[in-house]
Amino acid sequence: MKDLEADIFLRFDDVKKSYDQKHLVVKGFDMDVRDGEFITLLGPSGSGKTTVLMMLAGFESVTSGDISIAGKSINRTAPYKRNIGMVFQNYALFPHMTVAENLAYPLTVRKMPKAQIKEQVAKYLKLVELSEFGERRPGQLSGGQRQRVALARAMIFEPTLILMDEPLGALDKNLREQMQFEITRLHKQLGFTVIYVTHDQTEALSMSSRIAVFNDGVVQQCAPPSELYERPANAFVADFIGENNFVPGKVKSIHGDTAQVETDGGRIVAQKAHGLGEGAACRVSIRPEKLFIHPTTHAHDNALTVRFNTRIYVGDFIRYYFKLPDGTDIIVKVLNDLSAPEFDDGAEAQLLWLASDCIAFPAG
Amino acid sequence: MSGAGNTSYPHMTATSHGLAPADARNAAREVRRQKLQAFFFVTPLLVFIVFAFVAPITTMLYRSIHNPTVANLIPDTLVALQDWSGQELPDDTVLIQFATDMKRMANERTSGQLADEINRALPGMSSVVKSTARGLRRVDDAEIATNGATLLREANARWADPATWNAIKVAGQAYSSSYYLTSVDLERAADGSIVQRDTQIYVKLYTKTLRMALIITVLTILLGYPLAFYMAHASDSRANFLMIFVLLPFWTSLLVRTTAWIALLQTNGVVNSTLLALGITDQPLELLYTQFSTILAMTHILLPFMVLPLYAVMRGIDQSYMRAAMSMGSKPLGAWYRIYLPMSLPGLSAGALLVFIISVGYYITPALVGGTDGQMISNIIAFHMQQSNNWELAAALGSLLLVLILLLYWLFDRFVGTDNIKLG
Ligand SMILES: Nc1ncnc2c1ncn2[C@@H]1O[C@H](COP(=O)(O)OP(=O)(O)O)[C@@H](O)[C@H]1O
Ligand SMILES: [Mg+2]
Repeated sequence: MKDLEADIFLRFDDVKKSYDQKHLVVKGFDMDVRDGEFITLLGPSGSGKTTVLMMLAGFESVTSGDISIAGKSINRTAPYKRNIGMVFQNYALFPHMTVAENLAYPLTVRKMPKAQIKEQVAKYLKLVELSEFGERRPGQLSGGQRQRVALARAMIFEPTLILMDEPLGALDKNLREQMQFEITRLHKQLGFTVIYVTHDQTEALSMSSRIAVFNDGVVQQCAPPSELYERPANAFVADFIGENNFVPGKVKSIHGDTAQVETDGGRIVAQKAHGLGEGAACRVSIRPEKLFIHPTTHAHDNALTVRFNTRIYVGDFIRYYFKLPDGTDIIVKVLNDLSAPEFDDGAEAQLLWLASDCIAFPAG
Repeated sequence: MSGAGNTSYPHMTATSHGLAPADARNAAREVRRQKLQAFFFVTPLLVFIVFAFVAPITTMLYRSIHNPTVANLIPDTLVALQDWSGQELPDDTVLIQFATDMKRMANERTSGQLADEINRALPGMSSVVKSTARGLRRVDDAEIATNGATLLREANARWADPATWNAIKVAGQAYSSSYYLTSVDLERAADGSIVQRDTQIYVKLYTKTLRMALIITVLTILLGYPLAFYMAHASDSRANFLMIFVLLPFWTSLLVRTTAWIALLQTNGVVNSTLLALGITDQPLELLYTQFSTILAMTHILLPFMVLPLYAVMRGIDQSYMRAAMSMGSKPLGAWYRIYLPMSLPGLSAGALLVFIISVGYYITPALVGGTDGQMISNIIAFHMQQSNNWELAAALGSLLLVLILLLYWLFDRFVGTDNIKLG
């Protein structure tokens, strides 16, 4: 236990924030970050992600609670003394300075000798593959290049912690993927700790060591991507991360980790989520890619009879839209191969899946 | 902020892509149409500017070197004077011609104009010209033709003085640089060399005007910059509320505002009574009709011209720039100096230029609260137009002011750059 404590680099301890002295924007934020981790704050717009980042950077005061780095509280440390690198969504590159001057800025502030600054700037320009662009102004760069400059500038003074607030939000899809790869590479190569903010879940899933899903000022779940996707802690996370179907029902009985659920279309067996009680209303979540249409060779524990609504061709997948007897929509993703079936309008079909692939959450 | 708009592609010309002649014609026609359209949009303003700005300024410039009054009044005398050496008294023929002209002017009632003009070249001549003209009005034409020279000399001894005739000759020049010389406190001596005038007024007034304009500009910066900074980064509602106070001077009449200053600053005004009541002074301070009151009132009036461009530019500066600088270890003041100040410079230079140029030519406030101490160059220009009726000198002073402002603008452009000016 003692070793674990020592391992913790950054700690949020019951951090709360209110802007208007009436409402809490961040309600009791707890998180421990180990050195070198890539932590993503993921949540819908307005959930308080930027606020957490600004408190960490020192640009917003902490209403209550404590933020500490390496065991020392930084609540009262001025922003310019925190030694935290930062990448802004608009990049915040200084328009009146060249790229090289932008990179040199944190070093000149630290009164580093000129020759050494030049060397360091060249090194980091090379690192982000912009060696040719040192003399340009930010206005003469493309979006992706500006992004790289912003990254290099946040890293050049070798902070141990780098914050990024939706840094790829302004880029188009291809560039975004390229930059995700780039950021991951630099993180691995240089080993700094990252707190990354995004509302894009693919971004979060593909880059992070752990993701904190944020909603309504509270962390709903903080876990590695695969756990988040496969073992969501509550219905919000299950819905927010990836796609999910929710079948309404009532808990019949609970045996250990599994629950028997009575639905309109029949009884099904599901994993039991935390807080589920016998006799309570519940919602069973099943991912669209875990559902199979009868006939299938896949193993299954559960079956539901549904009515075909429509199908949409997406290319590598075909998306089937079914309706439960009570009108709930059910989506099924089927690989676009020869087994993808055809249905007439309103035709009946059977959906099959494994009990281990569905989770029953308390309703409401 | 997105990069897509800034990506520059190699310049492509129509021909390199093999535009067919018909297509090229169409493209050219489209360009012509757009140009024509643009022309229609700006023409009304262009016409207005020509009538309301270019024409009057040109007239003013012309007037400052061109004064045909005397040349029109006594053309024949001036022709006769051409061969005169300038040392002794002119020939009798010249004097007779002048006497004839004087009688004509006395009857046409234009001798007063001549009196004014000659008086300007040689002080004290006004009454001489007028009384002589009166005396010559009833004299017979034949009498003048034979005896004019004697009559003139008898009318006043100054007609026998070569200096008088020199003055007439100088005043008779339709084109002259004398008004410009006067406006920089110089004059042409009798031998044609340029010398200092006895009374030194205008150069001192120009320097005083520039100094006051500079003080006002600096004061508006000191007051306006922090205010604009606060407003630009405050919430919308608070910024709008403060904006009302900034714009208040715009919404009240200039006269009302200036009068308010009079009420505040006069000997028995609010400021003095307060100071007396508090026992800070035991006799009223001389606040009104001083340079101090002019600078104070003009700073108040011109403050919006500083705040508005500053505010517009600062609004566009995201707070992330300052934050970025601070996250990199810059202290707030250093971050302001190295990041924010350069980014807000376009607004600052626009505001400073605006305030400076407006205050250099300001008229009404110095006229009302300035007294003699607070007079600026425009007040003297107005004086020469309204009271002394010396439009030519007024035009020369005004042209000089214009040149001065253009010169300052040029300096500004050299050292700051006009592309650094931004009004929003
Ligand atoms: N400076 C501020 N003053 C007042 N309210 C703010 C301020 N910044 C953010 N908020 C409010 O706090 C909430 C969380 O905002 P934010 O942290 O920016 O969320 P996110 O980054 O997750 O979109 C929002 O409701 C927003 O309106
Ligand atoms: Mg945000």
